[in-house]
Amino acid sequence: MSTVEERVKKIVCEQLGVKESEVQNSSSFVEDLGADSLDTVELVMALEEEFETEIPDEEAEKLASVQDAIDYIVAHT
Amino acid sequence: MSKRRVVITGMGMLSPLGNDVATSWEAILAGRSGIGMIDRFDASGYNTRIGGAIKDLDLDSYLSTKEARKLDAFIHYGLIAAQQAVDDSGLAEYGALDRDRVGVAIGSGIGGLEYIEKSVLTMDKSGPRKVSPFFVPASVINMISGNAAIRFGYRGPNIAIVTACTTGTHNIGYAARTIAYGDADVMLAGGSEMATTRTAVAAFSSARALSTRNDEPGKASRPWDKDRDGFVLSDGAGVVVMEELEHAKKRGATIYGELVGFGMSDDAHHITAPPENGEGAARSMQNALRDAGLTPEAVDYINAHGTSTQVGDVAEVAAAKRVFGSHASKLAISSTKSMTGHLLGAAGAVEAIFSLLAIRDGVLPPTINLDNPDEGCDLDLVPNICRKSDVRVALSNSFGFGGTNGTLILSRYEG
Repeated sequence: MSTVEERVKKIVCEQLGVKESEVQNSSSFVEDLGADSLDTVELVMALEEEFETEIPDEEAEKLASVQDAIDYIVAHT
Repeated sequence: MSKRRVVITGMGMLSPLGNDVATSWEAILAGRSGIGMIDRFDASGYNTRIGGAIKDLDLDSYLSTKEARKLDAFIHYGLIAAQQAVDDSGLAEYGALDRDRVGVAIGSGIGGLEYIEKSVLTMDKSGPRKVSPFFVPASVINMISGNAAIRFGYRGPNIAIVTACTTGTHNIGYAARTIAYGDADVMLAGGSEMATTRTAVAAFSSARALSTRNDEPGKASRPWDKDRDGFVLSDGAGVVVMEELEHAKKRGATIYGELVGFGMSDDAHHITAPPENGEGAARSMQNALRDAGLTPEAVDYINAHGTSTQVGDVAEVAAAKRVFGSHASKLAISSTKSMTGHLLGAAGAVEAIFSLLAIRDGVLPPTINLDNPDEGCDLDLVPNICRKSDVRVALSNSFGFGGTNGTLILSRYEG
């Protein structure tokens, strides 16, 4: 069974079209991984799907980095 | 104001016959059909189970996975044809290119239907929050032109004309006008289509527009033949680089031909069917001849709309007779749709390219599957086998739902 961290990184790679080696926990979706505003919306949708959860818009807006996403998932699932 | 002259200096194509211009043209000259069984979705419950698909496409060499995922297939096809046309033209290597003076006009008849279908199903199953933010930019029709502008840095006029099966022809004609009028020096123009989807095949079937010759796909598209029973729906794209003559000469571009005439009209008759006498089609051809300043006798070859429908094929022959009189039996007229099937919004662009190649190579593309010409179809329809012939002026017709007609006249460039 993969960890939350591994699963989040896998989705980030798929959604943003980046290599696993480029994705650090501290990576910012926009600054480091080249996401635009639409990419981040779809990334959140993919995370919701993977972890069978619903991330409210006001929470989703705060998820700026890989670590933010991991922390949110760990705290809410 | 005298019109600026417009030449074609680059060509790109994806068709059921091949994933570039050269491969598709080779198949045309060999009289090969690109039609097969539909495998993009389960068509087993359909009356029509055949179509012309793009096969073995190496998408990765043109688009990143991330880019590709956000775009419907009709945009993939359009961008690939655009990339091929730009590569072919050598524009990227021309350091003095002023990208403010380069525009794009690439349309589609139907647009991102597959993406629309998928999104509706997602919303129905999982609710509105699950609809992708890319839904609109992935499926609306001007997004080939929009993405091409971003990809190539072309900052001039950007448009996508949508006129069903006349789309490709209208975009090329409009692009020529844009250059002739002085709004741009170079235009990327054409059309793209990926409409062999669940709903579109079902709908065209319901309209009784499609051939149901499921057991003989290669023989299904048979314009003017007595046994024709409708058109075959196909996918693909055609894009040309059009350029103001002096601009092309200055950079030493290869000139495939000159676009000398563009005409338009409407049948004002019925939403899907033409009048039997081809009156609207005739006016489109007459308007193009007038624009070109040519007499009917100057035309050597007509690349017909010729979709293999009962009414349409006969009406086009009637239109040709109306326009060309006694010259109608001297010129050659063929339908490359007998091999490609009907690429809807891409058809006019793909056929303009075949017309240019007919001029370049001095060869008339055949109409395959023409075993028994229907009554009244007594012109030189170049049955089954291509033929060497000096083609100086070629005319390409497209007719679309809504009764909209478009005609391009292409000429050998002779200085």
